[in-house]
Amino acid sequence: MSIYDILFWVLSVMSVGCALGVILSRNPVNSVMFLILTFFSISGHYILMNAQFLAIVNIIVYAGAIMVLFLFVIMLMNLNADVEPQKGQLVQFAGVISGGVLFLVLLAGIKTASPVAIDKASIDIGLISNLGKVLFKDYVLPFEISSVLFLSAMIGAVVIGKKEDTAPNTEEQ
Amino acid sequence: MPVNSTYYLFLSLLLFSIGIMGTLMRRNAIIIFMCIELMLNAVNLLLVAFSKMYADVDAQLFVFFIMVVAAAEVAVGLAIIVMMYRKVHSVDINILNRLKH
Repeated sequence: MSIYDILFWVLSVMSVGCALGVILSRNPVNSVMFLILTFFSISGHYILMNAQFLAIVNIIVYAGAIMVLFLFVIMLMNLNADVEPQKGQLVQFAGVISGGVLFLVLLAGIKTASPVAIDKASIDIGLISNLGKVLFKDYVLPFEISSVLFLSAMIGAVVIGKKEDTAPNTEEQ
Repeated sequence: MPVNSTYYLFLSLLLFSIGIMGTLMRRNAIIIFMCIELMLNAVNLLLVAFSKMYADVDAQLFVFFIMVVAAAEVAVGLAIIVMMYRKVHSVDINILNRLKH
């Protein structure tokens, strides 16, 4: 068993266990922490597969920016385990059964996939110089369009989150 | 037995199914949103594994664009959740099952 295999199994157990922790923990803050750990282990998988740029971007964007945003919102709303709404046992059981059935169906679909040894493939494909060349040569238009997407998302978030104190229907309070 | 690409298929499939289960099980809107992020990450892991299998750069760029879309989605979605909390003082999705409130 090589060091690659040991690292793969450790990271796999960590990512699956932390993903289970996300959906099973009562406290939303604990869920966010488990999700950050899941993202770190997925970044470890990226590094194992020689996708170094994506590993760094995953840590910066997901664990750094998005999860801090989630944590801000949860702490802003002062959510904890006491006010956490729970579904009934039957609905939770049905959710687990449907997820498990989906897993089984997809597993039956891909179990005959022909295996490819993954550590023998080329090693310099995930470096930022290669990715940057392809990004700015073949994918310039999607790159520019994504900037428009970010701008519209920013404007949308500001418009949605704005306090509507000038709204005419103030009789609710 | 050395690790091959099928293991990454199974791993990302398992993470995706856990995300589906969490979406169906929980009632907190923020947790459901986090499970959607988990499913997006499972797909990203699968795309990177395919990129390694076929020595192709395009899949990794698709992961990059998925991250872009996810960041935009989180900004708008959290704004909607904060707005909903301001209106009904809860993030329980069962409160949102009727459109008038």
